[in-house]
Amino acid sequence: MYDFAYHKPSSVADAVAARSGAEDGTYVAGGMTLVPTLKQRLAQPSDLVDLGGVGELKGISVSGNTVTIKAMTTHAAVANSSEVQAAIPALAALAGGIGDPQVRNRGTIGGSIANNDPAADYPAACLALGATIKTDKRELSADDFFTGLFETALEDGEMVVSISFPKPEKAAYQKFDNPASRYALVGVFAAKTGSGARVAVTGAGQDGVFRVPAMESALSTNWSAGAVDGIAVDAGTLNADIHASAEYRAHLITVMAKRAVSAAG
Amino acid sequence: MPTVSMTVNGKQVSGEVEGRTLLVQFLRENLHMTGTHVGCDTSQCGACVVHVNGDSMKSCTLLAVQADGTDVTTIEGLADGDTLHPMQEAFRDNHGLQCGFCTPGMVMSAVDLVKKNPKASEHEIREWLEGNICRCTGYHNIVKSIQQAQQTM
Ligand SMILES: Cc1cc2nc3c(=O)[nH]c(=O)nc-3n(C[C@H](O)[C@H](O)[C@H](O)COP(=O)(O)OP(=O)(O)OC[C@H]3O[C@@H](n4cnc5c(N)ncnc54)[C@H](O)[C@@H]3O)c2cc1C
Ligand code: FES
Ligand code: FES
Repeated sequence: MYDFAYHKPSSVADAVAARSGAEDGTYVAGGMTLVPTLKQRLAQPSDLVDLGGVGELKGISVSGNTVTIKAMTTHAAVANSSEVQAAIPALAALAGGIGDPQVRNRGTIGGSIANNDPAADYPAACLALGATIKTDKRELSADDFFTGLFETALEDGEMVVSISFPKPEKAAYQKFDNPASRYALVGVFAAKTGSGARVAVTGAGQDGVFRVPAMESALSTNWSAGAVDGIAVDAGTLNADIHASAEYRAHLITVMAKRAVSAAG
Repeated sequence: MPTVSMTVNGKQVSGEVEGRTLLVQFLRENLHMTGTHVGCDTSQCGACVVHVNGDSMKSCTLLAVQADGTDVTTIEGLADGDTLHPMQEAFRDNHGLQCGFCTPGMVMSAVDLVKKNPKASEHEIREWLEGNICRCTGYHNIVKSIQQAQQTM
């Protein structure tokens, strides 16, 4: 690992200032993605701004029909939150299926969505539930936030502060995980909301997480596993690697979508 | 260079580190506590698991500066003098190790599980061990060890 200057601010304002004062700085949240990247010398930031000491970035709150999770909340905290379990059980279950217990004890929701790994789980939940991402500067819809492979609408130095999820009528996430890494080979999050059904797919898209309009319109008129049975995503838009071909991923998307709709009930 | 202070196995320690020093390096190289192992560079094997403020974490994926001010427990901190911790005793009774390389992380991870979910089913135990890789045992005796410790811890 190359060395860097380390900062541990205790407020969002100080963190943003430290980051903008650095030549080529980066935030570190749980470090479950960043530290392995640094160890492999795939990145060489001049400064690391640790968000671990910023108390105002931690916590979960439910008000009315909205669950708000602050950026530094760990996957374990979301999985074990009785409030999330009651309001959006699919979200708590998703968090409990990320990586392994030690990754869940450090990794955060803010780090996960800022990183936008094409096989990460949270981006699918954000997109399918129609989440709003609040940064230190503005609010963005999930549809506008995730822009490509490891890419988001975040500007240089912009910080994710919290994510708000509207409560769906019902929802479920089904992941076919890579047995070695536990990342999603294909993961499908299906949600029935007041304004129709939403289906988001992770693990498979060449440009990262995406929605499936054909499944959404079928499910909006008929919420049942049978409604998506014949609907396949074009394999030409999916990625292929040593773990699975694009055709296999296309097949899995339909299977996982059916399972998600059945699981949601 | 930054200075870090933390409690390790009940003792207050401090030392100078670089920003990039990992917690596991601080434990092994500064404190000469070599019970915590490093088995991979991809954060996947779990040989390095320690407890930080009561939760199991991978000390190879945590900077020493990130652990500043925390309370750390390593495998060296489990036994009470010559009396093994019930989890260590269970691994010995059930042949829960062969080469022993994964064992410190397995035991630390298992202790965290039994504290949080004392009645974990066999399936839950196996799921919990997702982040701990063992190349020797085939896991069966590790699971048996943890089941014994569920009774004795
Ligand atoms: C063994 C292993 C298995 C894993 N399995 C899975 C899995 O199954 N599913 C899954 O989804 N993930 C998985 N992960 C990734 C894990 O969920 C990470 O926690 C997550 O991707 C990044 O979160 P973090 O808090 O660790 O972020 P960090 O590693 O600290 O940061 C990641 C990036 O996000 C930036 N960042 C962090 N916080 C913010 C913020 N608030 N605002 C702006 N930028 C920010 C950082 O600058 C950095 O570029 C796995 C990781 C490991 C090591
Ligand atoms: S050494 Fe392998 S996970 Fe830490
Ligand atoms: S006992 Fe050898 S790796 Fe587990």
